[in-house]
Amino acid sequence: MATEVAKPVGATGEAASEHLTLGDRTWLLRAMVMMRGLEERAMSLYRQGKVPGSFYDGHGQEAVSAGPAFAMAPEDRLCILHRDLAAHLIRGVAPVRILSQYLGRAAGPTAGRDGNVHFGDRRLGCVGMVSMLPDMMLVATGMAMAFKLRGERRCALTWFGDGSTSRGDFHEAMNWAGVQRLPVVFVLENNQYAYSTPLDKQFAVDPVRRADSYGFVGVTVDGNDVEAMFEATRVARERALAGAGPMLIEALTMRMHGHAAHDDMKYVPKTKLEEWRARDPIDRQEGRLRELGVDVDALRAEIAAEIDAATGEALAAPMPDPAGAADGVFCEGEAEPLGDGVPRWSAYLDRVGGGRA
Amino acid sequence: MATLTYLQAISSALRDELRADERVLLMGEDIGVFGGAFKVTDGFIDEFGADRVMDTPLAESAIIGCAIGAAVAGMRPVCEMQFSDFVSCGFDQLVNVAGKMHYRQGLAVPITVRLPSGGGFSGGPFHSQNPEAWFMHAPGIKVVAPSTAHDAKGLLHAAIRDPNPVCFMEHKHLYRRVRDEVPDGVYETPMKARLAREGSDLVVIAYGAMVHVALEATDDLDGAGVEVLDLRSLVPLDTEAILGSVRRCSKVVILDEANATCAAGAQVAAVIAEHAFEDLDGPVVRVATPDLPIPYSPPLEQAVLPSVERVREACRELLAY
Repeated sequence: MATEVAKPVGATGEAASEHLTLGDRTWLLRAMVMMRGLEERAMSLYRQGKVPGSFYDGHGQEAVSAGPAFAMAPEDRLCILHRDLAAHLIRGVAPVRILSQYLGRAAGPTAGRDGNVHFGDRRLGCVGMVSMLPDMMLVATGMAMAFKLRGERRCALTWFGDGSTSRGDFHEAMNWAGVQRLPVVFVLENNQYAYSTPLDKQFAVDPVRRADSYGFVGVTVDGNDVEAMFEATRVARERALAGAGPMLIEALTMRMHGHAAHDDMKYVPKTKLEEWRARDPIDRQEGRLRELGVDVDALRAEIAAEIDAATGEALAAPMPDPAGAADGVFCEGEAEPLGDGVPRWSAYLDRVGGGRA
Repeated sequence: MATLTYLQAISSALRDELRADERVLLMGEDIGVFGGAFKVTDGFIDEFGADRVMDTPLAESAIIGCAIGAAVAGMRPVCEMQFSDFVSCGFDQLVNVAGKMHYRQGLAVPITVRLPSGGGFSGGPFHSQNPEAWFMHAPGIKVVAPSTAHDAKGLLHAAIRDPNPVCFMEHKHLYRRVRDEVPDGVYETPMKARLAREGSDLVVIAYGAMVHVALEATDDLDGAGVEVLDLRSLVPLDTEAILGSVRRCSKVVILDEANATCAAGAQVAAVIAEHAFEDLDGPVVRVATPDLPIPYSPPLEQAVLPSVERVREACRELLAY
């Protein structure tokens, strides 16, 4: 039950997980580059006044969502946080729908009812977050409880931030999951700041150490290494399916942009940002793949073209009809079930008929 | 048909649902081995097992949050708040996660939250509240409040089978005091009002335990024909039935056991003011608990909760208007 610390991995071509093919490793890079590109485009649209409300992104944290989402099976269920766009891409949400969401269009996953990355495509097995953090830890725990009660080999995963660890729902979820030994993976996205509040004003003890007191394992992983994040989640998932209960993965990372677009981050020392910029998760994965001869430039060009096309399509898409603003407060018919995500990891692609692992 | 107490009717609905639908599970504090603080689930664990009659940690936010997760994953959880007062600890999950889920992402949350509510037996400030209006104000949550054993069973079946979050307000003071005819098997009571007594001189609009206060207070009121409308459901609110009673009777007393400000009755008064002003022959009169915590000592509690005498007095005054 001791706290384990994953070894950091250097920027060599060597994989942090023996379970990833070159195609997998390229997909991980693709998801991260697409996330950054989409967020940069959305930020630009925000500055132009086309994205209403406020704007939040996950610049510098791309590996924290890409790695774990890649390790999860289509039939697993996810509650994705607002700086985790890559997880949505891996589950199968098309870029045009993401940009439509930022732009408040009818074609976005919430059809204009919510903004930013406040969504979850239920058809892809995702339950959208709320702003009260970390409420979704309990929802993920409840999904895992349903899986265990029904004897299904499935797992739930959710992300939450360092600030969330101060709230009661963090404790209630960790405790409940520990008591019932549920197949749930908790990814603590430690990005150093909750809005402007640094870690030393948030907790006296690193929250990863608390896992032990709830009766399960906590590990700290380099959150800027997408393959290390994948590997830690793969292990957590395997353990959960084997009945070993939950696992807490603390991803050490840095929020490289402000809490939201208006935030100048004057509370962050410049040297700290420079240090973390040198550990950029995309640069790191790109370096590995270049060493292995992958044509990263072609991949980047392809993604840039996709984003341009998606932008044009999203900007041309209609806004929601105000006549429908009151629709859907209540479910009037049958409850629609959650669907499955798109298989990405080669281990899932190889499964016959996409059946359960 | 059997004669059941209000509490037995609730137990009967839960038992029938557990037998009929394997997706149904009960979650709450001390509901399994102990059978619940009020013994609603007494003996259930023997028939259905500890997984389906789940003793949970003492954590209301987790009970509701995990129920939401289980519900979106295909279960039909029924949560028990040991006392409705404690739902304040799970408010956020119910209001922000469950209540907004379908509107935001088309994902239904079929959970029922049972809320043993109300005062009248020295429960004090933390075991006597009527928090229904908190949830009437939050979009996406249905709120029902039966007054009879018949409706307690039928509305609980309807709540569990509804694809939305439903707050089921069960009045503790009715548990063993109210007893009436309950059909065998499963039936769903519509989330609409019921005429508890017909009349044409005045209508008292109430729900839950206050229906019985209304009936007793107006049983023999100087020969006046007093109608009593039992709302049964607060969300959705049966506007048609409310306006129908007002048009028939022209004089209205609205009765709440909850604190007066922004109570369910305040909404009923607003509906009448908006849509039936021309039908009134007198001011809308409200009888409710003043805006204060429910005190413990019997003379203090009796002084603040709406009594038969207060309701009778209010009706007499309005009849004389």
